[in-house]
Amino acid sequence: MPRYFTDEHEWIDVDGDTATVGITDYAQSQLGDIVFVELPQVGSAVAKGKDAAVVESVKAASDVYAPITGEVTEANGALEDDPALVNSSPEDGGWFFKLTISDKSELEGLMDAAAYKSFCDSL
Amino acid sequence: MSAPNASGWKPGTPVAGTDSGPSTSTGNRALMLEEPLIFEIGTTRTTGVDLPDPIGGETRLGGFARKNAIGLPGLSEPEAVRHYTRLSRQNYAIDLGLFPLGSCTMKHNPRLNEKVARMPGFADVHPLQPVDTVRGALEVINELAFWLIELTGMHGVAMTPKAGAHGELCGILCIRAALEARGDAREVILVPESAHGTNPATAAFAGYRVEDIPATAEGRVDLGALKARLGAGGPDSCDVAAVMITNPNTCGLFERDMKAISDAVHAAGAFVYCDGANFNAIVGKVRPGDLGVDAMHINLHKTFSTPHGGGGPGSGPVVLSEALAPYGPLPYTARTSDGVVHLVEEEDAEAFSAEHFGGRMASFGRMSAFHGQMGMFTRALTYILSHGADGLKQVAEDAVLNANYVLRTLEDVLDAPFGASGPCMHEALFSDKGFAQGLSTLDLAKGLIDEGFHPMTMYFPLVVHGAMLVEPTETESKAGLDQFIAALRSVAERARAGDESLKTAPHFAPRRRLDETLAARKPILAFQDAGQAAGVPPGTPQLSEQGGS
Repeated sequence: MPRYFTDEHEWIDVDGDTATVGITDYAQSQLGDIVFVELPQVGSAVAKGKDAAVVESVKAASDVYAPITGEVTEANGALEDDPALVNSSPEDGGWFFKLTISDKSELEGLMDAAAYKSFCDSL
Repeated sequence: MSAPNASGWKPGTPVAGTDSGPSTSTGNRALMLEEPLIFEIGTTRTTGVDLPDPIGGETRLGGFARKNAIGLPGLSEPEAVRHYTRLSRQNYAIDLGLFPLGSCTMKHNPRLNEKVARMPGFADVHPLQPVDTVRGALEVINELAFWLIELTGMHGVAMTPKAGAHGELCGILCIRAALEARGDAREVILVPESAHGTNPATAAFAGYRVEDIPATAEGRVDLGALKARLGAGGPDSCDVAAVMITNPNTCGLFERDMKAISDAVHAAGAFVYCDGANFNAIVGKVRPGDLGVDAMHINLHKTFSTPHGGGGPGSGPVVLSEALAPYGPLPYTARTSDGVVHLVEEEDAEAFSAEHFGGRMASFGRMSAFHGQMGMFTRALTYILSHGADGLKQVAEDAVLNANYVLRTLEDVLDAPFGASGPCMHEALFSDKGFAQGLSTLDLAKGLIDEGFHPMTMYFPLVVHGAMLVEPTETESKAGLDQFIAALRSVAERARAGDESLKTAPHFAPRRRLDETLAARKPILAFQDAGQAAGVPPGTPQLSEQGGS
């Protein structure tokens, strides 16, 4: 299952026509302790590069952008009770939402793990 | 006191895993007194006021009559006085020392303001008094309105908004009303990345979609990107209702392209909202009206020295351009041809507008029940009249000088991300670049508490990593600034050197490092007695008849 990354520090796992989205370990380390996550409604449409979720840490509230366009099929309810999952397991149990992919060509231009690592090293 | 401090919290109680030295049996540290919560010291059987039981008469509350005791703690007068005096000694205030919160303009509140505000003719008025008995108060509102218009080069002013964000909403509603009056349904408001959080919140609350404007590498609005977003098609093809800009901006920089920004926005048929939170840096020097601003709120509790932060209330009058002034909220004051200042309300707005303004007034509604924050108006006008035009100009000059002194004196130990962009305005911005691994801006701020200073604004603006925003204001002397700079320098040097003791700072405050994460994730917002804390669900505070638990 290929995983891609954005320069806004989201990751996206692609599995056929569906995908899972979260924020990266680098993102959670920069945000600090997460205290609240606002997830998109199931059935809502998200657009590539536009706001899809909000993550709030002790320091600040930040938008999480949709890496690609699609329709939200599931939101990670576990984050509502335990937002700390984003800190402890950002790239696994702390996923944000799943969506159906509208246009696979939007995945071109996203980074793979190696490219994202060198992107973070350059920051 | 029947049961002091049942929770067992003491200022000397060490944070787990840290050593805080010897402790005392009372929890007090010399004359720094530990003070329990009021629910822990009060009992339902004590009272400071001895009222006779009501005689006869029927309650008219019907189904709303209280059925159960509410268990409010009672204290004798000396107990109540001591409780709040002790708490006040644990507070930090502008009257105790420098308050360097960036973007907040925590300047000294002159005592002359307080004297004037307490004059019976101003202090003892009621908004429902007959207008003929408050002519003096209306004159004050009108005179202050005149000064705000004069200082900003604008056309009108709405005096009723109660604070900065309330003023923003008022300004955006004026813009909305002006657009609707010409049948123009625009949907978008543009906000820079470094904006105060209230800007996008205001735009969203007023029903607009918010889009970011990028900044240039030097920390100012990217004029090219803004023009590209507005498009070249002019008013007919643009969906942008307004651009909200803070000038000077939150990076502490003056937006040099402001006039060009305004011209581009106006050419697209949109309006310019300016967040006036940072007006202190330019008051008396630059008139926002000359820069093409259509609406700007003025925080009287910042620039015009009225109390701020717990001591409020705030006040956020909004100055308006000629295009927006007709849509401002009711009520407003105006001196008419009879030479008298009138208060214009809904019932006489139309006749008044026809007689004095050619029927052009079309208020969008009200922002507030009454005239505005009268107590702040008297203070702000006192401040303005006691400084005069030349004094206000010096306010801006000294505020900018002080901020630049802080910026340039600390540049060698703290990274100034926009230090190369020229002089800063009212505030100096630093980042955490250069701190040892594992030490953060938060650690530095806590270390500054140990040194006896209130920390600066942290982690804002968001565009700077580990941001520290320092606004000294003009009311600090050079000697006072030097003390602060020396303290900040020493803590910054410890952060660079990797001093691990910063991680557990503050070490000398009444409370050690508090767990902000736990407080945000699992807040306890109501008092819980020992039974509740042990697992009974939280709810309304409940005291036993015998008193605090």
